[in-house]
Amino acid sequence: MGALTLTQVTKAFGKTEVIKGVDLRVEDGEFCVFVGPSGCGKSTLLRMIAGLEDVTDGEVAIDGVRVNETAPAKREIAMVFQSYALYPHLTVRDNMGLALKQAGVSKVAIVEATNKAANMLSLDVLLDRRPAELSGGQRQRVAIGRAIVRTPKIFLFDEPLSNLDAALRVATRIEIAKLHRDLKATMIYVTHDQVEAMTLADKIVVLRAGKVEQVGKPMEVYNNPDNTFVASFIGSPQMNMLSGAALGITAHTLGIRPEHVAISRDKGSLPGRISHVEKLGGETLVYVQVEGQGLLTVRLLGEYDWQVDEAVYLSPDQTRAFLFDAGGLRIRT
Amino acid sequence: MQARQNLGRTIAAHAVLITWTLVALFPVFVIVVNSFKSRKAIFADPLSLPLPSNFDMVGYTTVMHQGDFFQYFLNSMIVTVGSLFCVLLFGAMAAFALSEYRFKGNTLMGLYLALGIMIPIRLGTVAILQMMVATGLVNTRTALVLVYSAQGLPLAVFILSEFMRTVSDDLKNAGRIDGLSEYTIFFRLVLPLVRPAMATVAVFTMIPIWNDLWFPLILAPGEEVKTITLGSQVFIGQFVTDWNAVLAALSLAILPVLVLYLLFSRQLIRGITAGAVK
Repeated sequence: MGALTLTQVTKAFGKTEVIKGVDLRVEDGEFCVFVGPSGCGKSTLLRMIAGLEDVTDGEVAIDGVRVNETAPAKREIAMVFQSYALYPHLTVRDNMGLALKQAGVSKVAIVEATNKAANMLSLDVLLDRRPAELSGGQRQRVAIGRAIVRTPKIFLFDEPLSNLDAALRVATRIEIAKLHRDLKATMIYVTHDQVEAMTLADKIVVLRAGKVEQVGKPMEVYNNPDNTFVASFIGSPQMNMLSGAALGITAHTLGIRPEHVAISRDKGSLPGRISHVEKLGGETLVYVQVEGQGLLTVRLLGEYDWQVDEAVYLSPDQTRAFLFDAGGLRIRT
Repeated sequence: MQARQNLGRTIAAHAVLITWTLVALFPVFVIVVNSFKSRKAIFADPLSLPLPSNFDMVGYTTVMHQGDFFQYFLNSMIVTVGSLFCVLLFGAMAAFALSEYRFKGNTLMGLYLALGIMIPIRLGTVAILQMMVATGLVNTRTALVLVYSAQGLPLAVFILSEFMRTVSDDLKNAGRIDGLSEYTIFFRLVLPLVRPAMATVAVFTMIPIWNDLWFPLILAPGEEVKTITLGSQVFIGQFVTDWNAVLAALSLAILPVLVLYLLFSRQLIRGITAGAVK
């Protein structure tokens, strides 16, 4: 129904390669999130799947059929854009129905499909308005509705929440997750926000500089990162990266998540000085300057009264630590 | 909180603008006022308003009776609107291609198309005349439309391609995914969004065409295809000039451009200030 296969896909603009051979399989009904820092090529990859960018080399296949040369409209995909990209001259109803109209679907069927999608997203009362009369959140819901109406094989989301404010972002995120459960459709979602990636994905694809760094379930990627890049990109606040030489171990780098570092006033393996404290209510983040290691983060659940400039000792929980070699690759024992 | 300071600034700004408006409108005012006066009054007191004692419509009657002025008007209108249409349509299409598609030589092509801004088309008058003679287009309005289109296109392409770059890629891509053709994307999505820029280009293209004397004189001097500017020239002689008629013809010639300008002006203001206020 909507499986996607990428085989050694590359993309070059002139001499610069932006996608350097990506192999990926997204199963039917899966929610796959491409995540990576800006400029890693995740949006380009999505646009190649959509057919908006040519594929320089390799193959894009939907349901086993090569679509490299197929026009975007014929790929049975729908895309939701960061900037909503609603047609300014059309009403919400016409925006949602345009693709079906272009495909030659009968008017009755279009009205039915539009109403159904509007119902799902509670857009019923807005159907006769124009995009200019809608708020940001409403516009993004219309854009999602426009995608639903097409009943595509694959939904593509290009950073759909980036233009929304924080509260709306959480609400829309939940809405998208619910939509995925209801429609059971294949969805590919691009974001640079690892929280969105963790909360929405069945499968996370971590990209860096046009290459796939790791593919896996959110918790797999979190608990079992393949290299330092994935380890520090996934998880917030970032994983602490300690120099192995300074610790006196053979591994080049030891990675430890902020919640797995204990902090104490009198005993511990790493002496340091508190440089900053962030109290978030539910948790407290303590930033400690450690000789030879730089700034380390400690995350404590609950409220604590640590003072800036206090001398403290840190002790990483060795059982939860990750070891990496000089090339940044994980050493698994 | 800065209301008082702003009031002073507002007055100063308005004073400057009003002064400039008066300076700019003064020649027009003199032309219109004097077109309603007798010849004697024009020379005796060129700045006075038409009074019952010196009021005279002789200029207008001369214009109406000598030569086919209505035809001249029509010719000017056809040539201007025709050229405007070609400039806007082809200019916008070229601009869309330059800003939207990546192809070899894109930048060079853009430069080539904009080159005409720097080279006055009149330098090629002899060659153009030869071409028109060869193609049998001399003494046709088509000749003028072609020449003016060529004259207007460089600036149109240059301005419009800059504006089209600002149209959201997402919007065009959404159209592609929804199955719109490139033409529909161009006409339905992109053109409405660059309308202010189109109006700006339209006005800047229209006025030199309407006012031009050079090409009508050389390419289409025939009675049937004369434009209004050329038609008015019959009143200017080497030794005697019928000022009443000249002023009347000029006053009349202002009207159609004024109408076209009013049509575009609402859009124009947005075009000029676009970018200044986001």
